[in-house]
Order: sequence, then C-alpha cells, then structure tokens
Amino acid sequence: MSQGRFVRLAEKDRPAIHITIDGKGVRAMEGDTLMVAMLTAGGTLRQSEFSDGNRAGFCLMGACQDCWVWTDSGHRLRACSTLAEDGMSVTTSQPGASWANHG
Amino acid sequence: MGQSRVIPPRVVIVGAGPAGVRAAETIVAAGLTPVVIDEGRRAGGQIYRRQPENFRRPYTDLYGTEAERAKSVHDGFDALRERIDYRPETLVWNIADGHVWTASGTAQEALPYDALVLCTGATDRLMPMAGWDLPGTYSMGGSQVALKAQAVSIGSQVVFLGTGPLLYLVAAQYIKAGAKVAAVLDTSSFTARITALPDLLALPSVLWNGIALTRAIQAAGVPLLTGVTPVAIQGDARTGVTGVTVRLRNGSERSFAADAVAMGYHLRPETQLADLGRCTFAFDDLTRQYLPVRDPDGRAEAPTKLYLAGDGARVLGARSAEASGKLAALAALSDLGQPVDRGAIILLRREVRRYGRFARGLAKAFPWPHQQAATLSDDTILCRCECVTVGDVRRTMAVTGAAETNRAKAFSRVGMGRCQGRYCGHAAAEVIAAQGDFPVADAGRLRGQAPVKPLPIAIGEAE
Repeated sequence: MSQGRFVRLAEKDRPAIHITIDGKGVRAMEGDTLMVAMLTAGGTLRQSEFSDGNRAGFCLMGACQDCWVWTDSGHRLRACSTLAEDGMSVTTSQPGASWANHG
Repeated sequence: MGQSRVIPPRVVIVGAGPAGVRAAETIVAAGLTPVVIDEGRRAGGQIYRRQPENFRRPYTDLYGTEAERAKSVHDGFDALRERIDYRPETLVWNIADGHVWTASGTAQEALPYDALVLCTGATDRLMPMAGWDLPGTYSMGGSQVALKAQAVSIGSQVVFLGTGPLLYLVAAQYIKAGAKVAAVLDTSSFTARITALPDLLALPSVLWNGIALTRAIQAAGVPLLTGVTPVAIQGDARTGVTGVTVRLRNGSERSFAADAVAMGYHLRPETQLADLGRCTFAFDDLTRQYLPVRDPDGRAEAPTKLYLAGDGARVLGARSAEASGKLAALAALSDLGQPVDRGAIILLRREVRRYGRFARGLAKAFPWPHQQAATLSDDTILCRCECVTVGDVRRTMAVTGAAETNRAKAFSRVGMGRCQGRYCGHAAAEVIAAQGDFPVADAGRLRGQAPVKPLPIAIGEAE
C-alpha cells in the first residue's frame, strides 16, 4: 500500500518535518508520533517474525509492542510512543536480523 | 550517620492517570514528596491523555462530557509538578524486595519504597477472531488514542466491533471528528442492558451520556447492530483489512467493507506489577478474571505496604479512579502513621461503592463474550505476537495434558510473546477451559514476569 493508512482529521496546519523510512524520504508533521508519521505515509510498520504478514501496530499505548521499528544503528523504537523528529531515519526490519521463516 | 533525624517515609506512585494524580495530591497535602513514575511523556494516563504541546483542539473536542474532569486532573498535576519527584517516560519493570525497578531510556534504577501505590490503569480485553492479526486491526482504546492524542483516524472506513462503553464512545467521537464509520457492531444483546438497568441507575447522568452516544451514532446513519457474533476480518496479510463479517441474531451473515477495525470487549486491569509485588489474587465470577485482592480502601494483601487504585485494580472508570486514588493514598498515609481525615475516608468509600455498582451494571450490560472461545476455528490466531493458533493450544492440551494457562504457555508459547499475554491471556484461559470442559477459574491466570515489558539490551545503572 503506497497511500497512508491513518487519516488526518484535524491539527493539519502544523509545521512539516521530514523523516526517512527504509531510505525513502517522507513528509510528516511536528508533534506526530513515529507511528502516525509512518502510517500517514504508508500502510504498514514492519513484517511479523512469525508469519508472512505485515503489522501496523495494535494498542497505541505501549502495551502490545507490535509497532517496533529500528534506527539505522539498530536501536529499537516503539513507534507509538516515540515522537517523530525532523531528520529521523528508521528501518522497518531489524538491521542484521534474519528469522528462521524468512531465511 | 548516627543522627536521629527523622527521614520522611518514601511513597512511590506508579502511573499518572486520574488515580495516580489524585494519589499524589493526597500525599503532597500530607507534607510528603512522593515519587511519581509515569510511562507516558505527560501526565493524564490513557483516558485523559494529553495531545502534544503544539496541538490546538479544545478540551471539549478531546474529552466530550468529561472535559472538565480531564482539565481538573491535568491542572491538579501541573500544580503538583514542583512538589513531587516526577519521572516521565519511565517504565517500572519489576517489584522485588521493597524496591521498584525502573528503566528510562537505557538507565535503570532500583527505588526503595515505604509505601507503593499502583495506579497502572487498564488495557483492552480482547477475544481473538479470524483476521485480527491483519494490519489495520486496532484495539478499541488504541483507536481512541489515535484520535485523542494525534487527531487521526485509524482508517478511511472504520468498523467498531466488540462491546462495552468504549465501543459507543469511540465510534461517536470518530463520527463527530469527521471520520467515516462503516458500522458499530456490538456482541452484547439489548436485553442484557435492560437486566443491568438497576445497577446502571447508580449513576444516572453517566447512563444518560451513554444513551446519547447511541443516538448520535444512529442519527449519523451509521449501522448499529447488537447481539452479533464476529465471523472474520477479511483482508490481505501484506496490505491489510478489507472488510468485516458478523453473524446476526437471525443466523444470517452481514459484511461491511472497511480498511480498519477497532475491536475490544471492555477493559482489563494491568495487574502484572501487583503480581510481582506478590499480591493475592482471587477469581471474579462476574467478569471471569483473576483480580488482585484489596480492601475497600485499596490495601492489597501483600508482604509490603502496597495499595491499588483506579482501573489497574478494578475497571470502575475514570471518575472512580480519582476517588480510589485519594483513598489508597489516605490508606498508605494512615499505615505510615501519618494523620488522616477519617471523615474524608468514609465519604470516598461511599463514592467508590457507587461506582462499583455502576461498573457491575456495565459488566452485565456488556458481558465478556467467553462463549466465543469454544467455537473459534483451530486456525484462528490466538497470540498475535507469535502467531500461536487456537489449534496449537488445543493440541498442546491433548499431547501434554497441560490444562492450565502457565503450563500451556510453557508448551505452546501462548502468552510468551512481546505483549506478555496482555491481549491473549484471558482468551487463552477460555480456550483451555472450553476444551477441557472445566470452569475458567481452574485454567488459572498467566503469572506476571519481570520485565513486564521488553527492555533494551544496552540497559545499565543510572548515575
């Protein structure tokens, strides 16, 4: 899905910020969580380690841990509780990791 | 050293929602300086979660009929800010030997306490269904956080499915905010609400607010169906949800096109820390779950001075959380030998009892649909974290004889994933009980494990 999953309903006149997701530049807004920045630009956050499915978060309150993404240096971020910052760069798969069912 | 200076007792409060804020206020009023540990960036908890500083929507847009209460909790906290030891963005991941273990970023610390007030709040109670692992499926509370804290809808066409007051509240909030709501689908029957009426009349104004939400949904022309049975969320594993199908009371099926689903069956208390603090738990027949035992003031049965308040003890709602937060703090002060106002305690007890009666009404009006567990197909994912299916758990029982949730977890990994069983634990117990044909109380409860949430590997001692 190239278009966004989340739909902005209000607070649309905030200053723009720019982040990079898997090397691709994306426009977001000051005050967005990383999750909102990513899901207004795309449809999913990461791939499940246990299936072929993608995930897009679930609880938005730091309880389910479904929204993990990674910084380029491998630091794990919970996208729902991390504020997006201008210039931030994240990856949707854990750097250097490979899972048994993905090879 | 050797001086006989009196060290004031250290009260640690975990959580900064309505219960935590009011507990902190009460401790400060007694002349002590509590430590308030908040996993959030800003106080308010989930129900009164604040939007980022640069957002402009007024309180009435965010909190509706509860706007004044939300503002009062926020203002109450802001007035305390300089008189408490506030630790935002800090996780309590263990309680052991009279210490709470915290992690903030990569720094960790063990804080000793003389009294510990747990105001840990609640998360959505979930029953699995086919397709609930698809991207675009969110918890009911999560869908509300999206709107409240970030001014976004979880999709361009949203189905609300489940039961409980949040189902109607969040759907109505989405409609009001201009989101497209495809349907509101309630598993509870309308007759259950009639049965619950005497208890719900404990808080007539809240009952009235609930009825007004139903009317707002209907007035918007959004289909609102009660007594439904979830069949499946349809969609593609990579791109996500495309629709939802439910079975109606007459046995026919109805489908709704949607790119997002908000689902939840009321709430469940976050009790992992109470468990690690070695609180006694007892089974609650009405809501079919184990809950920490506490006296009317919030005193837990535990080896240290431990108090439970707000939805983290019992899901009684935000108004009750404020009262029970004060009450738990007064109990702690009293046990620490501090003077307390007995009259205030009696009034607060009365208030909390009334909220308790209303909450029983809600539990009857919007019952946990435990009967679904028996009919879930084997290939339904039970644990979203690790894709453990209902069939995996049933086969585990058949092969190993594991007839208890912790045993089933050990063999099948259900409840062992990232969320630590928060979203599958209750359903797993129901699947086990249905399969074994014994009461769900006998399936036990998933024990809390430290760390209660994942920690970064790089964690170290704080300076």
